Amino acid sequence: MKVKKNRVHSPWGGFFFVLPSIIAMAVFVYGMIGFTLRESLQNRTNSYTEDVKYVGFINYVELWQDPEFTHALSNLLKFTAVFMIGCLLSGLIMSLLLEKGIKGEGFFRSTYLYPMAISFIAMGTSWRWLMDSARDADATGLNYLLQKVGLGALQSDWYTSEAGSMFAMSLPAIWQMSGYVMALFLAGFRGIPDDLREAARVDGASEFKISRHILFPQLSPTFLTVLIILGHISMKVFDLIFGIATKSYVTKVLAIYMWQVIFDFQNYAKGAAIAIVILLMIAVAVIPYLIYVNKTEEANK
Amino acid sequence: MLKKSKVAAVFAALALVVTTAPASSAATDKQLEIFTWWASGGEAAGLEGMTTEFNRLNPKTPFINATVAGAAGVNAKGVLVSRMQAGNPPDTFQAHAGEELSSYVKAGQVEDLSFLYKSEGWDKIFPKDLVKTLTTNGKIYSVPVNIHRSNVLWWNPAAAKKAGITKAPASLDAMLVDMAKFKKVGIDGIALAGNGDWAIAHLFDYVLLASMGPDKFNGLWTGKTKWSGPEVAKAIDYLAKILAFGNSSKSLDWPDAGKLVTTGKAGFFIMGDWASSQWQSEGLKLGTDYTWAPGPGTNGIYQWLSDSFTLPKGAVNRDAGIAWLKVCGSLAGQDAFNPKKGSIAVRTDSKPALYDSYLQAAMKSWKKDRLVGSTVHGVNWGNAGMAAYNSAVGRFYSGGAKDKKGFAKALDAALKAHQNS
Repeated sequence: MKVKKNRVHSPWGGFFFVLPSIIAMAVFVYGMIGFTLRESLQNRTNSYTEDVKYVGFINYVELWQDPEFTHALSNLLKFTAVFMIGCLLSGLIMSLLLEKGIKGEGFFRSTYLYPMAISFIAMGTSWRWLMDSARDADATGLNYLLQKVGLGALQSDWYTSEAGSMFAMSLPAIWQMSGYVMALFLAGFRGIPDDLREAARVDGASEFKISRHILFPQLSPTFLTVLIILGHISMKVFDLIFGIATKSYVTKVLAIYMWQVIFDFQNYAKGAAIAIVILLMIAVAVIPYLIYVNKTEEANK
Repeated sequence: MLKKSKVAAVFAALALVVTTAPASSAATDKQLEIFTWWASGGEAAGLEGMTTEFNRLNPKTPFINATVAGAAGVNAKGVLVSRMQAGNPPDTFQAHAGEELSSYVKAGQVEDLSFLYKSEGWDKIFPKDLVKTLTTNGKIYSVPVNIHRSNVLWWNPAAAKKAGITKAPASLDAMLVDMAKFKKVGIDGIALAGNGDWAIAHLFDYVLLASMGPDKFNGLWTGKTKWSGPEVAKAIDYLAKILAFGNSSKSLDWPDAGKLVTTGKAGFFIMGDWASSQWQSEGLKLGTDYTWAPGPGTNGIYQWLSDSFTLPKGAVNRDAGIAWLKVCGSLAGQDAFNPKKGSIAVRTDSKPALYDSYLQAAMKSWKKDRLVGSTVHGVNWGNAGMAAYNSAVGRFYSGGAKDKKGFAKALDAALKAHQNS
């Protein structure tokens, strides 16, 4: 009996428990990343290349000379900037309002979270109607609303104008994700013990000062988490934009261009190179975060 | 039990007697797996007509339709490319006839079908120009089932009357004059479907053809006519002028843009003749609710596109695939499919009585007009060139049609994308 018990507690028992998921991760995540990386360094630029060989970083160099790639990249960066700032601000404001413990908090909390439950494609279709660029007498959706409230001068081409396309495109994304950001911030606020605020109040701090000097500094881990989550969602955005504007040039981002390069052009090498670029962009955001988390965990031990 | 099998045997025997094809060749195959994106409306109805014909000829071969619905084949093409690359092809798949097939051809993924063209007599019964376009290095890789015309001008007679337009314009310049007349009475000169760029590219394809004529137009796709030359610059000028008359909503799909015409909110519409079958399915009448003419400046030219079927190499049920292709090219198959799909038969011996008045006129033109391929629908360029072409047009359209030089440059890059793919 004793021997048996010992075997269960040996470090190997735990290892065998997680082995299936380690294998799955190794094959389907890291294996596929490796496969994509290899593909991006080879010359399979069409469906019929027979003499497959390594060509170094040519595919990456060519990406930077491709105006459509740089267009998609700048679209993505614009989208990311507006989307992240918009989500942070609206999420923070909503959580500040709810944080006071107002009446019907549960109702507002779930109302703000609802958009998360809608699929990107369904949302894309309805936002496509809302952001229709028809004006004046023909107007529908947001342009119609603007006219009705006397702001007709603000009617816009939304995502169909070259300059404003990505700003308009981030509206539905902000609408969807800000409730989630609010929930994260709210959890962060709730994690701050009340005695800290009370102590500050006793010392005569104003509500603004409490927020500025007591609450926000303690929120910085939450803040970082939110940035990482929003950042990686934004980098790989595909279905929202495809649902609204399909493959339209004006709103093309990296993920859509990648898909087009692989399936329409059948240029596998170039598509893989774009995929790796997207991965690197996400890594740049996520890896410092992982290092930071590891360090704080070490420090807390 | 005995009775049942007897009945089945009698039916099987009957079917054999009825069958006109040489001893049903698919009999040995367990099934036929066909891959299409025809899943609804007239397309699905037309496909069912052909399926019935296939089942009549091959009663023992169950028909499996691996449809991937949605987005005009965009989703389906993705699935198909993966299956072909994985060496797991369907027995036959749908693709536009022409250069769109080139990537499969170069990869050696589809079989040469010229033996069928000879044995079935298609090389004589299909128009010569078409067979020539389909042939690469003496080989033909697909069987076209239908022909659509892309250079068609549609308009609403009531709206035209309101604007004082009595007959269809005969040239691009006359069309611009008429669009100004529409504008005067508060109607947008032309309906534009901006979503996904392709319908604007479709319009530009027509403008190129109308402004430079078929010979120079054909030269564009091989590089003989320069994209940086004066002919293209002229076409771009025309496109910019036409776009300025468009509707303010820039994100419509083509059925919604078409609705602007049939409801009298927009004047002209350059769209393929599938618009006609769409409107008829909405209960509109040809001649009273909407009417048509060849695209101004392209009278006597038939800009065509065609859906076709192929025989992938390594298909599990090759004989069944061939039996299906025979149905696709046969008179019975084409006349079962096309009246419902709203297209005409490829064969020149198809029966006009089965078709409506627009399609009858199209059949006449098909036999005598100069045939020119459509770019946006896969005849002139492969997928890479097409996608680059659509993007170039999309950029020009969303940028307010200002950067004409950049547009010409992007089009030249599209030619290179085509040549490198």
